[in-house]
Amino acid sequence: MHARLKLVSLSIAAALGLVACGKEEPPPPPPVQAPPPPPPLVIKLGHAAPLTGPQAHLGKDNENGAVLAIEEVNAAGLKIGNQTLKFELLGEDDQADPKQGTLVAQKFVDAKVNAVIGHLNSGTTIPASKLYFDAGIPQISPSATNPEYTRQGFATAFRVMANDEQQGKVLGEYAVHALKAKTVAIIDDKTAYGEGVATEFKKAAVAAGAKVVAEEHTDDKAVDFKAILTKIKGKKPDLVFYGGMDAQAGPLAQQMKQLGIKAKYLMADGGCTTEFHKLAGDAAEGAYCSLPGVPLAKMPGGPAFVEKFKTRFNTDIQLYAPYVYDAVMVVVEAIKRAGSAEPAKILAELPKTDHAGVTARIVFDDKGDIKNGAITLYQAVGGKWDALETIGGPAPEAVAAATGNMEGMAAMAGMAGAGGMAAPASGGAKQ
Amino acid sequence: MDIFLQQLINGLTLGSIYALVALGYTMVYGILGLINFAHGEIVMVGALVSLAIVKLLLAAGLPPALVVLAGLGGALLICMALGLSIERVAYRPLRGAPRLAPLITAIGVSIVLQQLAMLFWGRNYHSVPVLLPAEAHEIFGARITELQLIIVCVALATMAGLWLLVSRTRLGSAMRATAENPQVAALMGIDANRIIAATFAIGSALAALAGVLVSANYGIAHYHMGFMLGLKAFTAAVLGGIGNIAGAMLGGLLLGVIEALGAGYIGELTGGFLGSNYQDVFAFFVLIVVLVFRPSGLLGEKVAERA
Repeated sequence: MHARLKLVSLSIAAALGLVACGKEEPPPPPPVQAPPPPPPLVIKLGHAAPLTGPQAHLGKDNENGAVLAIEEVNAAGLKIGNQTLKFELLGEDDQADPKQGTLVAQKFVDAKVNAVIGHLNSGTTIPASKLYFDAGIPQISPSATNPEYTRQGFATAFRVMANDEQQGKVLGEYAVHALKAKTVAIIDDKTAYGEGVATEFKKAAVAAGAKVVAEEHTDDKAVDFKAILTKIKGKKPDLVFYGGMDAQAGPLAQQMKQLGIKAKYLMADGGCTTEFHKLAGDAAEGAYCSLPGVPLAKMPGGPAFVEKFKTRFNTDIQLYAPYVYDAVMVVVEAIKRAGSAEPAKILAELPKTDHAGVTARIVFDDKGDIKNGAITLYQAVGGKWDALETIGGPAPEAVAAATGNMEGMAAMAGMAGAGGMAAPASGGAKQ
Repeated sequence: MDIFLQQLINGLTLGSIYALVALGYTMVYGILGLINFAHGEIVMVGALVSLAIVKLLLAAGLPPALVVLAGLGGALLICMALGLSIERVAYRPLRGAPRLAPLITAIGVSIVLQQLAMLFWGRNYHSVPVLLPAEAHEIFGARITELQLIIVCVALATMAGLWLLVSRTRLGSAMRATAENPQVAALMGIDANRIIAATFAIGSALAALAGVLVSANYGIAHYHMGFMLGLKAFTAAVLGGIGNIAGAMLGGLLLGVIEALGAGYIGELTGGFLGSNYQDVFAFFVLIVVLVFRPSGLLGEKVAERA
C-alpha cells in the first residue's frame, strides 16, 4: 500500500517535472516536418429503419446499404481543406412504428447529426420529417414513397425513389392495358405506404376503365388473409392488387393459391423483394411487381454493387439497399461541393444534386422528389424477378423500349400526356 | 353458401390454432393465477426449432414422414425444457410476490426470447418446406386443404387428450387440487412445485405443436410470429373464461370463426360503412360484450373445476 502510494506520487512528480522541463526548454525547431494533420472531421449520419419486428429483414438491408456506402467513403479518405472526413453511422430502430419514428428523430436531432438517411416506411418518414425540418437537418428517404412526404413544404425532405403517384399510376395503367384486367380487387395494409399506393393504383385503374369489385384491408402484422380472400373470390376479379410489404404479400399469394383464386397478382415495390419468393413459395410464380428505378443489372454501377454487397455481408440484397447507398452518396457529394458538413450548407447544396447513382441518375425537383423517376415492372419467373419493362426515366433507350412494348396502349399516353413519362413533377399539378 | 362455408372452414382452422395456444395460457392461469406472456414466444421457438431439425434431416435424405415426426419431437422436447426453465427462473422465485411482479418478468422473458431468437435465427423470414400434404379438395364449392383438416383433427384430438388427462388421471386430479387450493393440496401430500412444472411442460408442448402446425400452414416461420398469435390466443382464453380448459377450446374456435365471418360479412352488414379492416375490432367488440355480461368469460363460472 505504502509502496504503491509512493510510486504513484513519484510518478506524478516525475510527470510534473517532465512537463516543467518541457516548458523551460527553449522552443525546439520541430517545423522540419509538416504540422500534424488536424483531427478528422466527424460527420454523423443518422439512419432509421425497422430493425426489429416483421420488417426487420428490410430494415437491416437498408442499414447494410448505408454501412457499405460509409465504409467506402471513409476508405476513400475524403478531405475538406486538409481535414480528413470521418463518417459515422448512427443506426436506430424505428420499428416501422410512427410513434417510435418520431422518438428516433428526436434522438438524431439531439445528437446533432449532420444529415438523416431514412426512414424506410412512409408511415415513419412523414411524422419524423417535421422534426428534421424544425431542426434544419436534411433528410433523404431511400424508400418512403407516399407523395405526402415531400408535399408538406419542408425544404429538408428529399427522396431518391419515385413516389406512389407515379408508381400507382404506372401500375394501374399496366393492370388494365397490359394485363387486360377488367375487374380488380384491391387489398392494402392500412399503412401510409400501403393505403397510399393502393389509392393511387385505384385512381389510375378506374381512369383506365377497370371496375373495382372489392376493396379489403389488413394490417402490417397479419399472417392470415383467408377471410378477405374468400370474400374476394366470390367477386371473381381478373386481378388482385396488394399495397403493402413482402411479409404479407408472400403469404397472401400462397393463400390465394390455396383458395383457388386464379386472378393475376400485382404488387408495388413493397412486395418486390427476394424474400417474396421464399414467403410465397410456388405461389409466387407469375406474380407482378413494380420497383422505382431501373433494374440494377442495367445500371452502370449495378452489377458491381450487387457483387460488393454480397461479398461484404454474405447475403443478397433484399430491396432498398441500393437506394440507401445512393442516398448516402448524394449527401457525401453535397458535403464535398459545400466544403462543409454543416446541415444548412448541405441543405443548400442538395437541390443542385446531379448524381449518377446505382439505381438511377438522381436529380431533385423543387419539392425534393426525384426527377424523371423511372418505374420498372417485374414478373416472378422461377424464383426470381424478371424485369419486364421500364416506364419513364431519363434513359432514352429505356423509354423507347417501354413505349415500343406499349403499342396500342393509347391510354398510356394519358399518363405520358400528363407528363408522367417525361416529367413526373406533373404530380405537382395535383397539389 | 359456398362462401359462407369457406369462411367457416377458414375460421375453424385459425380457431384450432388459437385454441391450442390458449390452452397454455389458461392452464397456467388456472394453477398460478399468472398470465404467462412468454407463451406466444414458445410457439415461435417450437416453429423455428422444428424447422431447423427438418432442414437438417431433409438434407440428410430421410423420408419426409420421419422428418416431420423428428421435427415435432425435437420441438416438443426443447419447448418443454424451455417452459420448465422459464418457470424455474422467472416465476418460481416470485411465487409469493405481488401479482404484478411475475407479470412483468413474463413480459421480460417474452422480449428476451424474441431477441434471442432474432440473434440466433436472424431477421429474415424462413420458408417452411412442404412436407405435410397440402392438396386442396372442393366440398360444396368450398376448398379445404388436407393440411387444414390435419390441423383441425390434431387440435381436436389433443384437446380431447388433455381433457382426459385433467379429468381422469392422478396427475390431473393433483393439478385440479393445486388449482383449487395449493396449501390444502400440499397438506394432502401433493408436491405443488412438481405439479406446476408439469403444467408448464404440458402447456409448452401444446405451444410447440401449435408452432409446428402454424408454420406449416402459412409456410413461413419468423422470430416475430409468436407475438400476435400469443395476443390473440390470450384473448381467446379470456373469451372462453381464463383458467377453464373447455373455455379455452371454445374461446379459440369462437374467436377464429368470429374473425373470419367478421372480415367476410362486416362490410355487407354495415352497408359498406365498416370494411374488413375492422375485423379485429369486431373480434374485440364481441369480447367486450361477452365480458360485460359474463365477466369471467363464457364458461368461467359454469364449470367450477379448473386445471
